[in-house]
Amino acid sequence: MKLDAGIPSGPIEQAWDKARFEMKLVNPANKRRHNLIVVGTGLAGGSAAATLGELGYNVRCFCFQDSPRRAHSIAAQGGINAAKNYPNDGDSIYRLFYDTVKGGDFRAREANVYRLAQNSVNIIDQCVAQGVPFAREYGGSLENRSFGGAQVSRTFYARGQTGQQLLLGAYQALERQVDAGQVTMFPRSEMLDLIVVDGKARGIVVRNLVTGKLSVHIADAVILATGGYGNVYYLSTNAKGSNATAIWRAYKRGALFANPCFTQIHPTCIPVSGDYQSKLTLMSESLRNDGRIWVPKQKGDKRPPNQIPEGERDYYLERRYPSFGNLVPRDVASRNAKAVCDEGRGVGETGLGVYLDFSEAMQRLGEETIRERYGNLFDMYQRITDENPYKVPMRIYPAIHYTMGGLWVDYQLQSTIPGLFVLGEANFSDHGANRLGASALMQGLSDGYFVIPYTVGNYLASTKLGKVSETGAEAQAVLTSVQQGVERLLAIPGRRTVDSFHRELGKIVWDDCGMSRTAPGLKDAIGRIRALREEFWQNVNVPGSSNDLNQSLEKAGRVADFLELGELMCMDALERNESCGGHFREEYQTPDGEAQRDDEHFSYVAAWGYTGPGNPPELSREPLEFHYVHPSQRSYK
Amino acid sequence: MKLTLTIWRQKDPGAKGKFVRYPMDNVNPEMSMLECLDVLNESLAERGEEPVAFEHDCREGICGSCGFMISGVAHGPLPATTVCQLTMRHFKDGEELVLEPWRSRSFPFVKDLVVDRRAFDRIIQAGGYVSVSTGNAPDGNAIPVGKEEADRAMDAAACIGCGACVAACPNGSAALFTGAKIAHLGILPQGQPERDRRAVRMVAQMHAEGFGSCTNIGECTGVCPKEIPLEVIARMNHDYLYGAWRERRQVVTTIAPATDWEFGKK
Repeated sequence: MKLDAGIPSGPIEQAWDKARFEMKLVNPANKRRHNLIVVGTGLAGGSAAATLGELGYNVRCFCFQDSPRRAHSIAAQGGINAAKNYPNDGDSIYRLFYDTVKGGDFRAREANVYRLAQNSVNIIDQCVAQGVPFAREYGGSLENRSFGGAQVSRTFYARGQTGQQLLLGAYQALERQVDAGQVTMFPRSEMLDLIVVDGKARGIVVRNLVTGKLSVHIADAVILATGGYGNVYYLSTNAKGSNATAIWRAYKRGALFANPCFTQIHPTCIPVSGDYQSKLTLMSESLRNDGRIWVPKQKGDKRPPNQIPEGERDYYLERRYPSFGNLVPRDVASRNAKAVCDEGRGVGETGLGVYLDFSEAMQRLGEETIRERYGNLFDMYQRITDENPYKVPMRIYPAIHYTMGGLWVDYQLQSTIPGLFVLGEANFSDHGANRLGASALMQGLSDGYFVIPYTVGNYLASTKLGKVSETGAEAQAVLTSVQQGVERLLAIPGRRTVDSFHRELGKIVWDDCGMSRTAPGLKDAIGRIRALREEFWQNVNVPGSSNDLNQSLEKAGRVADFLELGELMCMDALERNESCGGHFREEYQTPDGEAQRDDEHFSYVAAWGYTGPGNPPELSREPLEFHYVHPSQRSYK
Repeated sequence: MKLTLTIWRQKDPGAKGKFVRYPMDNVNPEMSMLECLDVLNESLAERGEEPVAFEHDCREGICGSCGFMISGVAHGPLPATTVCQLTMRHFKDGEELVLEPWRSRSFPFVKDLVVDRRAFDRIIQAGGYVSVSTGNAPDGNAIPVGKEEADRAMDAAACIGCGACVAACPNGSAALFTGAKIAHLGILPQGQPERDRRAVRMVAQMHAEGFGSCTNIGECTGVCPKEIPLEVIARMNHDYLYGAWRERRQVVTTIAPATDWEFGKK
C-alpha cells in the first residue's frame, strides 16, 4: 500500500498553519448533527472528547474503567515538556523539535514533531487556566525541572503527580461537557470491534462489562485513544487493564500497524522481587536530576552500598557520557544498566539492579529540599521495598514503560481507514524509536486539545457519509462475530489460567524482543509465540459466564490479542536490520556498543497490514525525509 | 507466611451474599494485598471456581480504582496507603483478614468487592471544574500563584476518588471528597469566578446522591490514602455558606443519580 502522510509543502514552521487554513470547516449549526465516538479517556481521549463537546459535536465516550478519571495517564509522574523558555536557558520551539527528533533516533516524522513542539506552549496555558496546580516559584511564576535527553529545563510538573493533575484537568473539562449534554459517558464499556461500512469507520461494538450486553454504536467518525500495548510483556509499568484490543481489532479491520517493535524500556523502575509479581512500579525519571547512578567496580561485590568507598564505585553514565551524565535518554540509560548487570556488577539479591544514590544531592541541598522535590516518590519506594531511600540508595532496574509503535496515522491523525482517527500512545507518530521523558503527556494533550478538533472537522466537511443503521447488515455482522468470539473463549474446556499464558508470553517477548534483540532469538520467539497461541485456544480456562461482571473473560480477550500482537512485534524487529532508539539489535552496534542505525536502508516507517487469519502480514513503507534535523550518530557524550 | 482471607462473595445485587473463608498457605511478605488476591484467584480458577471480583488498575496507588475494607478499616491498617501498595509484611503470620466492599447507600453494590462509585463523577459534573474551553487560555505566567497557595491547592487536588472516605464515615458522608475539589479550585485564582456556584451545586449534588452529613468525626482523613486534610471540609462549608447567600436567587438543579448500567437513556 502506498502511504501518503499528507504533510503540507513549504517551510515546516508554517506547515500546521497552512494545513489549518486549507481544512474545511463544519459550521456551528451543523456540528450538532454529527455524532462522534471517542474510545479511551486518558489525556488524549479525555481532552478530545471534552474539546469536541465544547465545539458542539455529539460525543459518545467509552472507557473500560468505572470512571473516566482512572485512565492510566493518571500514573505519569515527572512532568510535561513545553518550549516556554521561562528559565531563559536557550529553549525554543525549534530546540524542542530538534531534541525530540534526535531523541527518537531519527525515526519520527519531522512535520508531526514540529507541530507537537508548537502546541506544547498552548497546552501549559490551557492546563493552568483549568486550575492544574503546577509547581510555582515563590514569586508566583511556573517552575521547571530538567529531564533526560535535553540540556534545558523545560519540564513543568505538579509534584510527582503531573499525569494525575493533567488528567483531572481533562476529566473535569469532560465532566463539564457531560453536564452540558454534549458528551454521553459510557464507563465500564470495552470496545471489542470496529464497524467499517463502505470503507469508512462508522461505529464500534461494545461490551458492557457489568451486564455483559453487547451493543452497536454508529457515528460519523471513530476516534481511538486507547493507549499503548506495553502489557504484551505481562510485567510492565502499565496499569493492569491497559490493553491493545481496540487498536488490534482496528488493525484486523484494515488499519495499518506501524513500528510495533519500537517499545521503550524505562531505566528507573523498582526491581522485580518474586514470581507472584503483577506489575512493575516506575520511579520517575525526574529522580535522575539529583540522583547519581552507580554500581560497584568489582564484580559480585556484596557489601552494603554505604560500605563501598567512593573510589570503588563506577558512576558509569557520568563516566561514559560526560556531557549528559545521568540525564541521557531512556534507551541509553536502560541499555547501560543491562550491560553492567550482564557483567555481573548488578546489585540487590537478584543482581538485576543498579543504585540511584541521593546522598551527594542531600549533602548539597539538604534533606528537606529533596523531600520537597521527590517526597511522594521516596514514600512510594519505601512502601514497596521497606527500605528508606533517604538513608540507603534506591535500587532500580529497567522495565517496559511505553510503546512508540501504534496504528499508522497521517498528518491529520487519520489511520488508513477513513474516519478512524488515532491519538496519543495508540498511534505511532511523534516519538520515533525512542520517546523522551515528559513527552507522552505533551503528545496526548496536543493530539486531543489542539489537533483532532481541526482534523475531524475537515474530514466531516469533506466527506459524503451515507446512512448507516445500528440494525443494518454490516453492523449486525460485526456484532455477531464479537458474540461468537466471546462464546468461543468461554467454551474452551481448558486447564490453564489466562494469567499463566500471559506470563509465558511476557517472558518470551522480554527475553527476545526486549532490551536487546538478535535474529535467531526473534525467529525462535516467533515459533514459541505461535505454539503458545495454539495452546491458548485449546487449553485456556475462562471461568464464569458472559452475562455479568467477569474479569477473567475480559483478560482472556485481551491476552488473545497480545498473543497475536507479540508475534507481529517480533516480525517487525526481525525485519529491521539495524539498531535505533529502543530497538537494539545486537548484530548492529558501534565499536563502543551504541546503537548503529542504517539510514540508507531503514529510514522508513514500517506499517503492517492484516491479510487474514494465518496469512503473513503485508509490509508497507513510508519513507522518512529529514529536511531540518540531519540524521547523525546520536551522541550524548 | 500463612493467612486466612475471609471475603464477601455475592454474585450480583439481587443475590444473597456471604463471607467465605480462604486459607492461604504460601503468602510472600513482599507481595501486595492485591497480588495476594491474584494468587488466590489463580488457585480458584484452577479449581474451576469463580475468582473474587475486585477493582484495580494502576497498582501504584494513584488511579483510585482499588479499595475495600480489611478487617473493618478502609484500605487496611497502614496510613496513606491503598490496598494495591499494602504489602503483606504488615500483617502477622496466622492472621485472619476480613475483606468486604465499601458499604454505602450511595455506592450501589456490583459484585464481590466491587461497588458503583459513579456518584463521585456526578458530583464533579455539578461544577467541579473551571469553565474554560480549549483555546481560551492566557499565557501560563499571566496568572501568578504564590508557592504556598499552589502547594495547598495541590494538597487538596491529590484526591484519587477511591471512596475510602465514604466507606469509613459512620454517616456515609462524601464531604472529604467534595471538599477536596471545592478547596483545590477555590484556593486558586482560576477558580474564583465560579466559586460560589460551584460550592452550592456540588454540595446539592452530594445530598441528592444520598450521602450523609459531616459531623466532624474525622475517620475520612484517617483512612485517606492521600491524607487529604479535614480542613477541606471547613472550606467547603465556608464556601457553601457564602455561596448559598450570594446565589440565593439562582435555582439549583441536581443530576438524577443513575442506578443501573443500561446506558444511553436519559
